[in-house]
Amino acid sequence: MKRNILTAILYTVVTTVLFGLVYPFVVTGLAQLLFKDKANGQLIYAGTTLRGSHLIGQPFTAPAYFHSRPSAAGNGYDAANSSGSNYAPTNKKLIDRVATDVTANQLDHPNSEVPIDLVTASASGLDPDISPSSADFQVARIARERHLSEDAVRRLVATHTKGRQLGFLGEPRVNVLELNLDLDQTAPVSPAK
Amino acid sequence: MTANGWFQIAIFFALVLACAKPLGLYMARVFERERTFTDRIFRPIERLIYRLTGIDETHEMRWTEYAIVMLLFSVVTLLATYAIERLQHFLPLNPQHLANVTPDLALNTAASFTTNTNWQSYVPEATMSYLTQMLTLAYHNFFSAAVGMALAVALIRGISRKESKTLGNFWVDTTRASLWVLLPGCLIYALLLVSQGVVQNFRPYDQATLVQPQSVTTTGIDGKATTQTITTQSIAQGPVASQEAIKMLGTNGGGFFNANSAHPFENPTPLSNLMQMFSIFLIPAALTVTLGRMVKAPAHGWAIFAAMALLFFAGVFVSYYSEAQANPLLHSVNQHASALQAGGNMEGKEVRFGIANSALFATVTTDASCGAVNSMHDSFMPLGGLVPLVNIMLGEVIFGGVGAGLYGMLIFVVLAVFIAGLMVGRTPEYLGKKIESFDVKMAMLYVLIFPLSILGFSAVSLTMPNIGLASLANAGPHGLSEILYAYTSTTGNNGSAFAGLNANTPWYNLSLATAMLVGRFFMIVPMLAIAGNLAQKKLVPPSQGTFPVHTALFTVLLVGVILIVGALTFFPALSLGPILEHLLMHAGKAF
Repeated sequence: MKRNILTAILYTVVTTVLFGLVYPFVVTGLAQLLFKDKANGQLIYAGTTLRGSHLIGQPFTAPAYFHSRPSAAGNGYDAANSSGSNYAPTNKKLIDRVATDVTANQLDHPNSEVPIDLVTASASGLDPDISPSSADFQVARIARERHLSEDAVRRLVATHTKGRQLGFLGEPRVNVLELNLDLDQTAPVSPAK
Repeated sequence: MTANGWFQIAIFFALVLACAKPLGLYMARVFERERTFTDRIFRPIERLIYRLTGIDETHEMRWTEYAIVMLLFSVVTLLATYAIERLQHFLPLNPQHLANVTPDLALNTAASFTTNTNWQSYVPEATMSYLTQMLTLAYHNFFSAAVGMALAVALIRGISRKESKTLGNFWVDTTRASLWVLLPGCLIYALLLVSQGVVQNFRPYDQATLVQPQSVTTTGIDGKATTQTITTQSIAQGPVASQEAIKMLGTNGGGFFNANSAHPFENPTPLSNLMQMFSIFLIPAALTVTLGRMVKAPAHGWAIFAAMALLFFAGVFVSYYSEAQANPLLHSVNQHASALQAGGNMEGKEVRFGIANSALFATVTTDASCGAVNSMHDSFMPLGGLVPLVNIMLGEVIFGGVGAGLYGMLIFVVLAVFIAGLMVGRTPEYLGKKIESFDVKMAMLYVLIFPLSILGFSAVSLTMPNIGLASLANAGPHGLSEILYAYTSTTGNNGSAFAGLNANTPWYNLSLATAMLVGRFFMIVPMLAIAGNLAQKKLVPPSQGTFPVHTALFTVLLVGVILIVGALTFFPALSLGPILEHLLMHAGKAF
């Protein structure tokens, strides 16, 4: 028995060095060598200021920006505290939250149905995307706020729309942060009023 | 449901089917210690490990020694994990200066990762340092999986050997599983994940300046509302890809981040998502081929594969169908699927995955005892959430955990053969071995411990309003589902959750830890007892009365036994949880 305990301890130590240290360090070395930008989170800089990551959504609620989805991560899009709402489909809090957001969204399009992803919280609370349907829903408001034609806005949306990967995987989507950064470039407004 | 959705599901399954055979045959060679093309790399490392640890690789173990050594190894690694969690504040690679983990949470987590469960009562990016994640959590991801494979191989040897007292050597099986199968798989896979955008670094969390600052109003404990303006976003980083690879390939499922495989840094693209689902099923599916090869009855391996595939497709159909439906309690929203949106029940789902990939992932991760999630099961439609729950309740045998799925399934095979024997009034045989009273008693023990833990702990939690019910996030029948899911997931060593339940309390941490340990070790011991007992039996030649175990009839009988055992045990609890919620939802009732 004593011998078996000793073996178990030695085995744990030896394999921990190999699998717990050598393996992740080798992967890190190779990843930093081969895919430096991706391994570091595809960060977006404006000059020396870090504006975010291509993969991580940010909260957008001002009229001049395309809105992102509701978020349950911390106070909203807290990328050090990812989370979904975990509301059941029968939870009154979910139904009330959706109703409030629907009312706000219908200011742009009275009486029309709001695309479901625009009023539901994502699983991570950090979803960088909205559906093309949700982007299209917001085009008229953005055109008005930014003094652009709807066609110009649509063209901008199209450049930030990704189709299904390899033609069939996943769902088509629009990256909200990229799109809004581009909007600020092409048709700047002073959003803080 | 859309044609594209089913096409994606079909592609996923075709990939698993295509890779099961080559990997299964490779693993058979690895465990039979035959030559493989990778020996030149791994054999020297294997020898070095044995030399450093004083392991005699020619030593053969009886089932009792195999079990004792496995338990000793588990205890040592569990204690090491507990110690590192408790001391992480004083250790390196902790750029966020995260505090030491509290005792009940540290114990829960150590039990969770030792048992291949990966239940997480905590928010990883706010709790666990990079060192803790690498040295203990990712380490367990490798070795709880390797141990599972070793145990499955021990049972296979019990079936294939005759008049033998031993089942192999635990250390050798574990080492070969981790070196020949898991390590090379993970090295390649981790880099593929990085190529899709999974991060791999040791950076402190990055501070981004928000494009649009947010004013947030929070209500404090004193009821006073305070408004603050948030101008930065702290972006959690870490060595994610290396852990993500083994998290999936070893059917562990413990996320590097709280949102698990829904987090864009853990699962950034639809392609990384396909890789992740594929890697959950890969080894469990291949092990059916390994079984067929090692017992010299390949068709028997495929008959088991077919039973698993049938149950998988039933689950994915119900799950996908339910999630594609509109929530009848939401109004003035467009929930139809179209070329421009996935539609359906999008609460708790990511846009890039949509409905098909979320429903498929939920089915795959609970068929196998993985427990990673790319969508929040708690927010699934009642019947959509029923599927993960039922998958785990059936015993984690639909492909199942790495190794654990196969040995769990073989217990049901013993029962199926026994029932077939009863029907024709003969002593049942399984691949030339007589199945006798001791084997069936142990199989029943295995089958009964499982619901005892799930229903027992759930019942106790439900009777304690201040301790059990206070943690609920959702009211009504869904609350029952949350508690039931927690004990089902932990006893089944799955690790996914109806995550609204606040499980980071002393009662839940300790009772869930107990459920995990019971669900792993109390089931392994009777399983190894069967293996040891089968190994020492004589072979009886097949006769007219032998029930063949490679036919479609056998597959159907096996599926029947699994469904009947599961339904008889859990239907009453399910009818009060998800089924009642479904009926009330359609009656327009909210909670």
